[in-house]
Formats: sequence, C-alpha cells, structure tokens
Amino acid sequence: MGKPSVWSSNRFWRRSATWVTGVSAVLLILLTFDSMSQMQMGTAQDIKNKVDKRIPSPVVINYKIDYQLSRKRGHEVPIIGGMDANGNSKYEEKEKFFGRDNYSEKEARELIHLGKLTIQAKNCMDCHTLLGNGAYYAPDLTKAWLDPNWNTLAPAYGGKEYAMATFLQNPPAMAMHERKMPNLGITKKEAKAVVAYLKFMSAIDTNGFPRNFGKIKGAVDAWK
Amino acid sequence: MHGSNLYEGQKLALKYFTVAIVLFGAQLLFGLFAAIQFMYPNFLFGVLDFSINRMVHINALVVWLLYAMIGAVYWLLPDEAGREVVGIKLGNLAFYVLTAAVAVVVLVYLFIQIGPGKESTIWFITEGREYIEAPRWADIGIVVVVLIFLYNVYATVMSGRRTGILAVLMADLIALAGLYLAGMFYTDNIAVDQYWWWWVVHLWVEATWEVYVAAVGGYILIKTLNANRKVVEMWLWIEVAMMFGSGILGLGHHYFWIGTPEYWWEIGALFSALEPVPLVGLFVHVLYDWGKETGKGNKITNVPAFSWLTVETFGNFLGAGVWGFMHTLPQINLYTHGTQWPAAHGHLAFFGAYVAIMIAAVYLAIQGKAGLKELKMTKAGWWAITLITVGVLLMTVSLTIAAYVQTMVERGMYGATWEGFFAAQNNEWFWQGMCWRLVTGLMVIVGYIFLVYDLLTCTKKQPVQESEAEVAAAAA
Repeated sequence: MGKPSVWSSNRFWRRSATWVTGVSAVLLILLTFDSMSQMQMGTAQDIKNKVDKRIPSPVVINYKIDYQLSRKRGHEVPIIGGMDANGNSKYEEKEKFFGRDNYSEKEARELIHLGKLTIQAKNCMDCHTLLGNGAYYAPDLTKAWLDPNWNTLAPAYGGKEYAMATFLQNPPAMAMHERKMPNLGITKKEAKAVVAYLKFMSAIDTNGFPRNFGKIKGAVDAWK
Repeated sequence: MHGSNLYEGQKLALKYFTVAIVLFGAQLLFGLFAAIQFMYPNFLFGVLDFSINRMVHINALVVWLLYAMIGAVYWLLPDEAGREVVGIKLGNLAFYVLTAAVAVVVLVYLFIQIGPGKESTIWFITEGREYIEAPRWADIGIVVVVLIFLYNVYATVMSGRRTGILAVLMADLIALAGLYLAGMFYTDNIAVDQYWWWWVVHLWVEATWEVYVAAVGGYILIKTLNANRKVVEMWLWIEVAMMFGSGILGLGHHYFWIGTPEYWWEIGALFSALEPVPLVGLFVHVLYDWGKETGKGNKITNVPAFSWLTVETFGNFLGAGVWGFMHTLPQINLYTHGTQWPAAHGHLAFFGAYVAIMIAAVYLAIQGKAGLKELKMTKAGWWAITLITVGVLLMTVSLTIAAYVQTMVERGMYGATWEGFFAAQNNEWFWQGMCWRLVTGLMVIVGYIFLVYDLLTCTKKQPVQESEAEVAAAAA
C-alpha cells in the first residue's frame, strides 16, 4: 500500500466544501451589493433628467407607458413618456391617471405604498403571478396595465384606470371568464392604489419578460 | 412498545413527526380543493377561494417538512452525539409553542383569510408572499423557536461526539435559520421584495435543504445498511461542495426577469445548470452502498426507510435536477417563467427531494420506537410507496403537458396577455392535463391513507423476531 490518496481523504473534502461554500457566499454578497444599487427605486429628479432606472420613480403614473422592442438590447423595454428616434424613453408625453397627470413624488409614493400593501393583504400572489412569480390560476400581472383587453373596456368606463378600479371593487360583477376573481372587499381607495401599482409595475425593466406582450393578435386560435 | 429505551430527544422527535404527518394530510386535502377548482372554478367559490386553498397547500407543505426536519434532527442527534439532548425541557416547550402558533395561523388563514391594505394585515393576518405568507408575529415566534432548537443542537454536540454528519448539520442549520430573516421585511419595491424573497425560498430548497437531505440521507444509510461511516461522510463533504458550489450562485436563475441586472442571465444559467450534478451523486451513492453492503452480506434492517430513501435519490435527481434543468436557461425560461412549468417541477422536486426522505426518517423512528432489529415492508407500506410515487410522477407528467400547451399558446402565440392566458387554459390538452392531475392527486391521497395506516400498524405486523430489548435482557 502506498500513501493514502488525497481523493479519499475526508479532510481534503471537508476543506474543499468549506472553501467552495465560502467563495460562493462572498461572490453572492458582492453581486447583491451591486444589484441592490441598480435596483433602488428612481426619483422624480431621474425622470426630469431622463435617466433610465430599472425600477423608476412612482411618478411614472403621470406618463404614458409603453413596451417596445429595443434594437440595442434585443428585447422589449418599458417606454416612458413616448419614444425618441433611438428607441429610448422621452419622459415627455403625459397621460391622465384618474383625471390628473401631476402627482407629486410624495403622492405617487403614498399611492403605490397602499397599492403594494393591498396586493399583499389580499394575497394576489396566490392566484396571479407578479413579475412571473406566484400562482398560475390567473393571468400574469407584470404588464397588466398594458393589456389590450383593458383598452377595449376603457371607453365604457371613461378610461382604463376607471375600468380596472371598478373591476377590482367587485370582480364577479365584471367577470370575463368562468374562472372569475372573487370579491376581496377592495375599497375604492385601495382599488385606485392597486391600479397605480400595476401602472408603476408595467414600467419596471424586466429584461424583456414577457416576450411579445400584446403584439400577436389572434395569430392562431389554438382551441377552436 | 419499548419507548422507554428512547432518549428524551427521540421522544420529542416522535411528537414532531406526528404533527408533520397530520399537516401532510392537510397539504394533500387543500391541494385537492385547488386541483378541483382548476376544472370546476365554482367549487367552494367565495368560501375557500383558490388563493386560500393554494396558500394552505404550500404552507402546510413547508411547515410539515420543517417539522419533520426538526424531528429527524432530534431523532439522530442523541444517537450520533452519544448523549441525551441538552435543554430537552426547553425543546419540549418550544414544540408546544410552535404547534399552538401554527394552529392559530391556519385558523386565521381559513376563517379571516385576507385583510385591508394596512400594516396590521401584514402583522396579524397574512404577508401575502408566496410560501412565506405567515404573518409577522408568527415569523418572530418561529425565529424564537428555531433559536431554541439551534441551542439544543449546538449544546448537545459540543458536549458529545462530533461526527461529520453532525458537523455538516450544525453549519447547515444555522444558515437555514439565518436565511429566514431575509424574508421578514416589507418594501414597496417589488423587485427588491422578490430579490430577498428568493434568498429564503431558493437558498432553502436549492441549497440548505439539499445539504440537510444529504446529511440525513447519510445517517439513514448507516442505520439501514450499516454503511461505512468514513465513506458516507466523505461523500457527504463532496455533496456539500457540489451543492453549495452550484446552488448558492444558482440563485441567479430567479433573477432573470424581476428588475435585476442582466449579468444574472449568465451566472444563473451556468450555476443552476450545474445543480443536477450533486443529485446524480446522491443516487449513485445510494446504489453503490446498497450493492456493496448487501454484497458483503449485510441485510437492510429497515426496508421501508431504505426504499423511501431510494425513491428520494431518484425523485430528487428527476424532479429537482432534470425538471429544473429543463426550464432553467434564460432563453427557455423567458417563455416558461410563470407557467405550469414551475408547478410540474415543483411537485416532483418537493416530493422527490424532501417528502420521500422525511417519510424514510419517520419509518426509522417507528422502528426505533418499537425496538425492532429489522423492519420489513408490509403490504400497506408497499401500496403507500407505490401509489404516492407513481401518483406524483404521473401528476408531474400531466402538469408538464399542460405546461407545454401554456408555453406554446399563451407565451409563444399570444404574447402573455389576458386573452392568451385563457386561450391556453381553455385548450383541450391543457384541460386534459388538469384532469389527469386531479386523478393522480387522488392516487396520492389513497397512498397517504395507506401510509398513515402503515405507520400506525407496521411494527405489529412484522414476522416474529427478537427485539433489541429481549436480546439485551438475554445477554444480561
């Protein structure tokens, strides 16, 4: 018998495990610092200066929001306040949200604060997905604000934000499918806040998820 | 009954296992309700809506697995350390506090369900964040109980034998407990919210829980096959290196689409693609030891536990490894994220990686409680393992077919809109997948009934053999 091989030494593998774990954990922590700095919510000042933020300031509810293919990035990106010739957000075109397009940073933040709390308090995530995470019983809400379906309903309610808020306050009354959303006792104030959150969420840069949102209209009717 | 020969820690383990198996039943029941609602949306509408059934389904799963995990540690801890658990009275108190808290949380889930959009709802009713919906007060309670548990483990090992298995468990449990804190704060920024939420969910199920399973699996191999400890522990360290080496940065595959920087595409793709590798190691390890030990003439001293461990290693590889890999690359995940794909993967992965090994641990405890040298498979035990395993496998296949349809129709054809979602949900093949999911779910429930019956009766149905106590008495 020669010398015992290092490959069958428990000590060697214990040390390897410790090193691999330690290095991975340190890398994760460093990457997390970088990610967090890129994921801080933007400010009204950023919008004024036309600075793109992955998570923009809630004052985006004052602006028209769109989701268009970016040639540079190779996938769709949120377009806030109109698109310039290079395919970037102009942060210029406003859009009335419940009759106003001048929500201050403070007002907008308060709205989305109530919206997020309501989204959690009503357990939205256990039927829907948000940013693709949650349950798979109801549609994904990441870009719900931009869903063509609301555009069809909008005129009858005087704007899609009103249609969405009316729906949220008593969903069964506006049921659009046999699998309907229950009445969760959402108040008028909460409904407005949730709609604000959905509009804000549609402006989050999700690296192109979901793909081709609302672009393909009735390409193939799969179930008939 | 020879329960008196047990350590107090092991008696506490039996309590944890009992609650675990009851909650397992609750998980299946509420899963059944949710599965029915996919086909008949008016079922229990307005009474127990899908969101509630689904929440109880996944929360019961997580909590029963944690109960069983704590139970298994209390079972093996005195055996490995060679001494009684330190702080057992505190441990017992923690058990009753935790169980009372779980009961209150479940009652609130079922009867209050949701609250107004206020901080008080987050504190007392629900946090509304998938898997960790438990309200804030319960979070704090859980932290206290887990601290007691960690104290017991550390104090016992420090004053007893320090085996490799215990060393891995000590390091792993502290990481597991610490990660829970990442899910205990509120933020308006949903991207940051989900970033930290994944620290809990991913770093539990794809890192710390996997390492836990490797350690407990090693213990079960030693117990059921009399496998060589040095070899088992060497494998264990290799597993730890591979699991943490792939799983920690594999977290990146949840950071493709939630407002995170693009570099997570490459990091997540690379490391999560490596995650199946240690899972191959697990089943190779079990098969190797099985062949080696039975070849030497060693008998399997607990056939049900060993069988469930074998199911675990293959289920873990297939469910977590293969089904996870199938949709882990960003090019594919762009279309599968948020569809039935993760549901298909999740069912087989949770079953394969965690449920099966926890059942194995319960069988080990059942044998120990009865003081039997050998535990053979009974007919009921055979039906239980067959119905549950085949049921979950077929359920996964059904969900996978539904997932294909959803991905192609909703995502590929319709671009993920409301219209696209329901076009996919109404698709005949999707519907058939959901039908088969319900049928296979019922199979699992029948298997569960066999399992409970077998756990209660199997020790009385063994061929006549000398118990350990009788051998000891004869020797004395």
